[in-house]
Amino acid sequence: MATPRRRRLGDQLLQASGLFVMVIALGALAALLFDVFVDGAGRLSWQFLTSLPSRRASQAGLATALVGSIYVIILTAVIAVPIGIGAAIYLEEYGARGRMARLIEINIANLAGVPSIIYGLLGLGLFVRAMGLGRSLIAGAATLALLVLPVVILSTREALRTVPNSLREGSYALGATKWQTIWTQVLPMAMPGILTGLILALSRAIGETAPLITIGAITYVPFLPDGLSSPFTVLPIQIFNWLSRPQAEFLRNAAAAILVLLVLLLTMNAVAIWLRDRYQKQRTA
Amino acid sequence: MKRTTRSWLERIIEQLLFGCAALSILVTAGIVAVLIFETAAFLREVPITQFLFGTEWTPLFYNKKFGVLPLVAGTALVSGIAMAVALPAGLLSAIYLSEYAPPRVRRIVKPILEVLAGVPTVVYGYFALLFVTPMLQNLLPGLSGFNALSPGIVMGIMILPLVSSLSEDALHSVPNGLREGAYALGATRMQATLRVVVPAALSGISAAAILAVSRAIGETMIVAVAAGQQPRLTLNPLVPIETMTAFIVQVSMGDTPAGTIEYRTIFAVGMLLFLGTFALNLFSNWLRNRFREEYQ
Repeated sequence: MATPRRRRLGDQLLQASGLFVMVIALGALAALLFDVFVDGAGRLSWQFLTSLPSRRASQAGLATALVGSIYVIILTAVIAVPIGIGAAIYLEEYGARGRMARLIEINIANLAGVPSIIYGLLGLGLFVRAMGLGRSLIAGAATLALLVLPVVILSTREALRTVPNSLREGSYALGATKWQTIWTQVLPMAMPGILTGLILALSRAIGETAPLITIGAITYVPFLPDGLSSPFTVLPIQIFNWLSRPQAEFLRNAAAAILVLLVLLLTMNAVAIWLRDRYQKQRTA
Repeated sequence: MKRTTRSWLERIIEQLLFGCAALSILVTAGIVAVLIFETAAFLREVPITQFLFGTEWTPLFYNKKFGVLPLVAGTALVSGIAMAVALPAGLLSAIYLSEYAPPRVRRIVKPILEVLAGVPTVVYGYFALLFVTPMLQNLLPGLSGFNALSPGIVMGIMILPLVSSLSEDALHSVPNGLREGAYALGATRMQATLRVVVPAALSGISAAAILAVSRAIGETMIVAVAAGQQPRLTLNPLVPIETMTAFIVQVSMGDTPAGTIEYRTIFAVGMLLFLGTFALNLFSNWLRNRFREEYQ
């Protein structure tokens, strides 16, 4: 039989190793941010944000990648949001039973686990080749939309599930149809949750690199995209491109571009929190 | 009259919504169709046994060899290193968060883990190439600038939040009665955790681990940036290798015309990747559902 001291020791050991892992994870995150900041902060300037790409590192800028990323994200949202919310409403409010609904559910869970680069191959085979869209903005956005669709559906369902059933029943009792109930009662109530999920899904899309490389988003685009069929590049691809060059100056450009990407992600998340708070206040007011 | 228009409208809306949901089936069908179509064309030129069991992979050279094993070995090596980091660390952090941590610590730690999970993978690639590799080179003089070790470790850090949060869910759903029973028998918290709670949550934890393996296999940018582009059949973590995903990126970066054998290789490799991750995901889901049935 172990003595009380030894018994306590085991407990403390387990707790200490748990804490140790936390500290390591935190340390890794801190090291990553610090490293990127030290390497890239000096390169950040208005000129860097507004210049076109260049073969000379010191003149190269982010303009095409930044504008490309923003266009791609907006288009992705335009495609994925209505479809994703529609699918979630169907699964949560209409088709809870039935073999088809079950099949769709299993399918969505599996799609969420498919590696992103496979979506790139789908986009390449389907949008770029079969549909003849070429290596265009719209092909990239459509590919990313399919990629984030499962995330949008899963998070929207989660949000719909938090709406109490009494609300639906009250609405039916007043003579509302199913769709009226969903449109006027359920959706507004679930909106904060839905928005948070949407922004998380889109922040995943904005950091995605592999599927866009696969569909052939080119890395050197010396002009801003001017339409849906225009060639494009995005921030992560520009980062990857600079990272694959040996010169130290291009690596510093990559670090600066990472800072811009992280700020963009941070802004999106801040907007998510702000929107959620605003909706919640409106509801209680 | 008004009533019928309304119910007519209701039915149209329902059909539209059903269409949105059914689209997800089409996405899966599309993936399978595209992969099968191009892989079949590939296999007409390369015998399947040569593809699956060949030990040389040089589709971009003049003397083309299509043995995928070096890519599979590269993927297995990096994923193995990632799991060696993520599994123990993720499990320890889950045990700590679920069984030990005071609520205040949980409130601080969980968002940090979420941030780790939300960092774009190309950023992790930067970290592996320009921070972790140089750091490791001080310790291991034989380490190449491109290697499997550094991206493996960084990938482990990237996957840690996934393992941690899913394992924590599993530990959390073990009924409290089991813990209290163990305490009543005189167990310490550690004994209750390691001998009762963790074994009870084992299928849920395994589901998390398998999902993590699937994520590691499909991870692309970290290895594309930091592991190199040299397919070789080795388990040496110190030299440049190439994974299946990094090969797809390598070909996509070049200007490979559609319909050529080089173009088709990426679909054949993608097919293997898809089948592997798909099987792992199904298995993981099955385990998790079985675990849920046990306790709910």
